[in-house]
Amino acid sequence: MRKNLNRKQRGGNFKVFALVTVAFIVMQLLSSMGMLKSSVKGQLIPICVYIVLAVSLNLVVGVSGELSLGHAGFMGVGAFTGVVVASSIANVVSNDLVRLLIAMVIGGVMAGIAGGIIGIPVLRLRGDYLAIVTLAFGEILKNIIGNLYIGKDSHGLHFALNASGLVMEPDGSMILNGPMGTTGVEKIATFGVGFALIIVTLVVVLNLIHSKEGRAIMAIRDNRIAAESVGLNVFSFKIKAFVVSAFLAGMAGALYGLNYSAITATKFDFTTSINILVFVVLGGMGNIFGSVISATLLYMLPEMLRGLYDYRMIMYAIVLIVVMLFTWSPQAKNWVQAVSSGSVMRRVFGQKKEAEDE
Amino acid sequence: MKNKKTLIEVPSNTFFREEDMGKPPVLEVRNLGIDFGGLTAVDEFSITIGQTEIAGLIGPNGAGKTTIFNLLTGVYQPTRGCVLVKGVDIKGRSVAHVNRMGVARTFQNIRLFTQMSALDNVKVGMHHDIPCSFVTSMLHLPRFYKEEKKADEKAMELLRFMGLEKVADMPAGSLPYGIQRRLEIVRALATNPSILLLDEPAAGMNPSETAELMEQIRRIRDTFHIAVLLIEHDMNLVMGVCETIAVVNYGKIIAKGTPEQIQNNPDVIEAYLGKG
Amino acid sequence: MNFLQYLINGISIGSVYAIIALGYTMVYGIANMLNFAHGDVIMIGAYMSYCATNYLGLHPLVGLVIAMAVCTVLGITIEALAYRPLRGVPSLAVLITAIGVSYFLQNAAQLIWGSAPKNYTSIVSMEPLKLFDGGLVITGEVIITIVASVVIMLALTLFTGKTKMGKAMRAVSEDRDAAQLMGIPVNRTISTTFAIGSALAAVAGVLLCSTVPTLMPTTGSMPGIRAFTAAVLGGIGSIPGAMLGGILLGIIETLSKAYISTQFSDAIVFTVLILVLLVKPAGLLGKTVQEKV
Repeated sequence: MRKNLNRKQRGGNFKVFALVTVAFIVMQLLSSMGMLKSSVKGQLIPICVYIVLAVSLNLVVGVSGELSLGHAGFMGVGAFTGVVVASSIANVVSNDLVRLLIAMVIGGVMAGIAGGIIGIPVLRLRGDYLAIVTLAFGEILKNIIGNLYIGKDSHGLHFALNASGLVMEPDGSMILNGPMGTTGVEKIATFGVGFALIIVTLVVVLNLIHSKEGRAIMAIRDNRIAAESVGLNVFSFKIKAFVVSAFLAGMAGALYGLNYSAITATKFDFTTSINILVFVVLGGMGNIFGSVISATLLYMLPEMLRGLYDYRMIMYAIVLIVVMLFTWSPQAKNWVQAVSSGSVMRRVFGQKKEAEDE
Repeated sequence: MKNKKTLIEVPSNTFFREEDMGKPPVLEVRNLGIDFGGLTAVDEFSITIGQTEIAGLIGPNGAGKTTIFNLLTGVYQPTRGCVLVKGVDIKGRSVAHVNRMGVARTFQNIRLFTQMSALDNVKVGMHHDIPCSFVTSMLHLPRFYKEEKKADEKAMELLRFMGLEKVADMPAGSLPYGIQRRLEIVRALATNPSILLLDEPAAGMNPSETAELMEQIRRIRDTFHIAVLLIEHDMNLVMGVCETIAVVNYGKIIAKGTPEQIQNNPDVIEAYLGKG
Repeated sequence: MNFLQYLINGISIGSVYAIIALGYTMVYGIANMLNFAHGDVIMIGAYMSYCATNYLGLHPLVGLVIAMAVCTVLGITIEALAYRPLRGVPSLAVLITAIGVSYFLQNAAQLIWGSAPKNYTSIVSMEPLKLFDGGLVITGEVIITIVASVVIMLALTLFTGKTKMGKAMRAVSEDRDAAQLMGIPVNRTISTTFAIGSALAAVAGVLLCSTVPTLMPTTGSMPGIRAFTAAVLGGIGSIPGAMLGGILLGIIETLSKAYISTQFSDAIVFTVLILVLLVKPAGLLGKTVQEKV
């Protein structure tokens, strides 16, 4: 019996990896045959980024059961760290791919450190208080990044908190220009690396879930008091989940930052955090496969609604409300069950039922 | 055993099982007390439990029994007195730490990890017994599979011990009440305790299940050589399985002794039935 | 003297936050949900009053009443359509729905009124109060805002304490199921709460735009978040807490802008919130409920 369960579990994981890989290959083929519109092509990397963000946030919200509203802050830390690193090592490391990878790892580490610094005080709070504090931290990070000036000259990097404070040699150039954000960034992000990052994220998150650490994290989510009573230090597990999640978000952020020639700190605000949270909730809390699917579909949705011009964001809002009502409201659920066996819905939104019993 | 004198109020009621004689007690509680905002919930509570003793804690509803369990497991910090587990004071220790010192418990209102399988519930209890580092777990290095397999086997063995092997893969929340109670015991056992605290283990069970539970409690003691302290209202179970019994009322011990002594104690009869 | 000026301005903007926070706190206390669309109801209220005075040429006070009426209806409708079907499901699902409603309101406003900011004319026509030979100027808006917030808080405290509906609200917030069993019409009570909260949001919107006269579809979101922060700071669910939190937040924001740094005022405000929560996890006036084992 045990063996069956293990096999089922591994089969489920395999399904995710297979799907992502197939999607990647198809996109690569279409792209190399010139069959992709440039608007679609431009979305491939952001989709990778948002999948990683959704999966990593699911580790905190779905698996660990803590409501975090500041995920975009970690993405921002990763993005700006990545850009600064990539710019400053441009002369040393000439290979774009290597430079991108270094930038992403350092971006991830910085975001992970930020996650640790934030998590240590914050994860002692519970429920909605944790939500508001993560929101607050996200805004603080955004606020600080938005007022950071970083320049590079022959003497190295220079940091300042206002434009006039940045004193550089004549050969210097700005990397980060306060509220104006980054400018003139070399776009070294690639779809291939985006795909690789998704795979790494899935491996890390799925392995974590299916190990003793993941069991402990889920046990704490299910019943904190019981988890303590069997010797688990609740706080240390929450921190682990939070830091790993921030690290992955930072990597994704770095990839994102190096995909545009200019980005500003306002991109990484509360709204972006909320969007990622929407991906997670609609995909099903704790359901990693669901996060991948919903991040992809929902990211593309406004794009698909482009034909509606001005009405597209309002349509997005309506779709969001209707989907929420449909998937969660008890009446709607009964109705859906009555109409069909509901197999498709259940497969896509699989883990939701469990989350409800809470 | 210097404090033995302060411990015993009714003489001759603290006794050790023969095999525990000469060995230090697993649990020693001295003059424990806690106040909640001026209200004294537990006071002057002292008890000594030998290494393989089965002890009972009884008393009317609201007498403070569960509060005592919460004090023994570090959920509450006492206002007065101390709790020694194998001679070490648990003062200031977290609940998790107290568990790792050797105290495991079950809850009156069952607290399982409802979304997880019964087997995983047990494996959560074995967490500190699985020697995998965070990185090994995260990368699923070869050692991970070996240790997981070992853990699976041990968890199954524990489940089998309580007759729960058939439900190993079922979500804990979906199991019948009586089975959930026993699963909680298995999970507590999985933490390798020296003493097991059971909070109303027979609540909601029918007489035949209770009889089976009595047998299982004895088997737990005999197999794992640990002490058991239980709160229970079912007098058949308490009198049938406990070797010593402490009776509390209004947060204080009113009597201690063997089942026979307790059954004949006028204070106990008064506490349960009121003054005649 | 400057300090006093900043302080009074801080109390004024804080009073607006307090009125919004009252709406957040009441809805949270009774429906147990974070109504993220609350900030956008403020914006709708401001647009309504703007239209009433600028397009229909009505008296500003009539405009205010219209704004309150429209927002009340809006609040009840939102609750009935979007939140009521989700009663009893995990709060996260309701939160996401509230976010959907927030997007909806913002984009609807953009479709109706366009994204260009409108120049809002203050509804207050009172002469500024000049003290100390003009060393301290207290505008009519400041006075009205502060008075309004105090009156609203007192009225709400009386309402929840003395009236039958107020008692029903407290009962529902304590234990919804028990209240239902006692025959309290839970749905109607929650509706009323949304109605009151939304009417207050309209007042807040009008006062906010009288002080800061730019009106656009996103006008409500930042004050909304600020007010939410204020509600949490004061202890979410507590009416005096919302008031205290709002005013403190306004003062901190104004003073830090004046004395420390304009750019970092956001960071400072949120840092204060975090520090307070670390010391008092349930906010300044909130009650910590110990979990029973």
